[in-house]
Amino acid sequence: MTTDYKNIIKEGLWGNNTVLSQQLALCPTLAVTTTATNGLGMGLATTLVLVATGWIISMVRGVVTQEVRIPVFILLIATTVTVADMIINAFLHDLYKVLGLFIPLIVTNCVILGRAEAYASRQKVLPSMLDGLMMGLGFTAVLVVLGMIREIIGSGTLFANASLLLGQTFAFLELTVIPNYKGYLIMILPPGGFLVFGFLMAAKRLIDQELERRNSLVIPLKVIDVPA
Amino acid sequence: MNKGIAVPSYRQRLGYHAGLLGGIGLLASMVLVITDIETRVAIAQAKAADQKASLEQVIPKELYDNDLLQDILLITETDQTTATSTNVPIYLARQGQQVVAAAYQQVGYGYSGEIRVIMGINIQGEILGVRVLSHTETPGLGDKIEERKSDWILGFNGKSLQNPLADGWRVKKEGGEFDQFSGATITPRTVVQIVRHGLEFFARHQQQILTQPLPLPKPTDSLGSPSTS
Repeated sequence: MTTDYKNIIKEGLWGNNTVLSQQLALCPTLAVTTTATNGLGMGLATTLVLVATGWIISMVRGVVTQEVRIPVFILLIATTVTVADMIINAFLHDLYKVLGLFIPLIVTNCVILGRAEAYASRQKVLPSMLDGLMMGLGFTAVLVVLGMIREIIGSGTLFANASLLLGQTFAFLELTVIPNYKGYLIMILPPGGFLVFGFLMAAKRLIDQELERRNSLVIPLKVIDVPA
Repeated sequence: MNKGIAVPSYRQRLGYHAGLLGGIGLLASMVLVITDIETRVAIAQAKAADQKASLEQVIPKELYDNDLLQDILLITETDQTTATSTNVPIYLARQGQQVVAAAYQQVGYGYSGEIRVIMGINIQGEILGVRVLSHTETPGLGDKIEERKSDWILGFNGKSLQNPLADGWRVKKEGGEFDQFSGATITPRTVVQIVRHGLEFFARHQQQILTQPLPLPKPTDSLGSPSTS
């Protein structure tokens, strides 16, 4: 059986995007995306865990039976997240001070269990890790875009505090898009997250429809205007 | 799960399921224990360094010559309304034998949860510095109490219970001296209250704090956290 790596990449980043298509992981998505930087941090940490759990779960897939697979997966995921949490806390302490809040939250991210169940438990190690990476990057991309929109409208800045997350070299990312901006509070509060999320989902549907229209050879029927 | 492969019959037994779950649980705990042992010291060091850094922000380094983390006085405060008592560790800054300043944490409840503040006070009862250690206020609004977001918190420097007097320890909207933020009043109001309570706390225990003798040299750590060695 050959694995269609191109398809994994396409599905992870766009076609089967965790947030926009599967509508999974909405809790962390809406909670942390008040700034683009937070979204990036959460996305990258989740990607790391997705790759690690994809690797571990595809390794044990041969011995795990159908009946106990869920507790086993949960156990493995929780262990991976806790280990990642401790290692980041010990050796990348500055990063931990920014991400610390988000890391334990990853356990509750249903995308991780979702990918373990739907993909890693049925596939070989390499495709599972690639699937984790691509799903994670797709998740990160949505979080960053959502964070950027909310941050610009809500507080008029972009990538605020990026240097705390990525180091001083990335200080150039921090922009004040609209100086002396009062900001729309609602975009920073949870309802703003839902609003932007709704628009993003609608935009993805529109783009998909447009792509489908272009790809299909059928010439669309001309709609006849009926006078009202 | 194993498409096209016959599942061996022993996998249907209860014992296999139990053993599998137990075995994986055992492996997971082993991994956790090993990671904990490997990272424990580094995490404790990082935490101590953080604590030291936050203490240095509220008491200028030039003022003292001792190790604040080793010179701690525990004061028991009893809350009259809830009848609970808490131990507040006071970090004492000394020049030689003499206490010159003290730092301690205070907690209050803001718009969406606990706000933890560390404050440094000199022996005259004047604030040397205040910093917010942790909070869960609205990002972009209430988080202006953080020093890296806004210099609002520096406005407490040099204040005491006499400056301003009791009426001034409020936000401007309520006739006091301290700015509120546009869109957030509750958060700065809470911080002003926390700091004022902190000053009153110091005033109540001033005598005990100033006369606290030097601690006996201890070989173990006294971070107030579980032993890490």
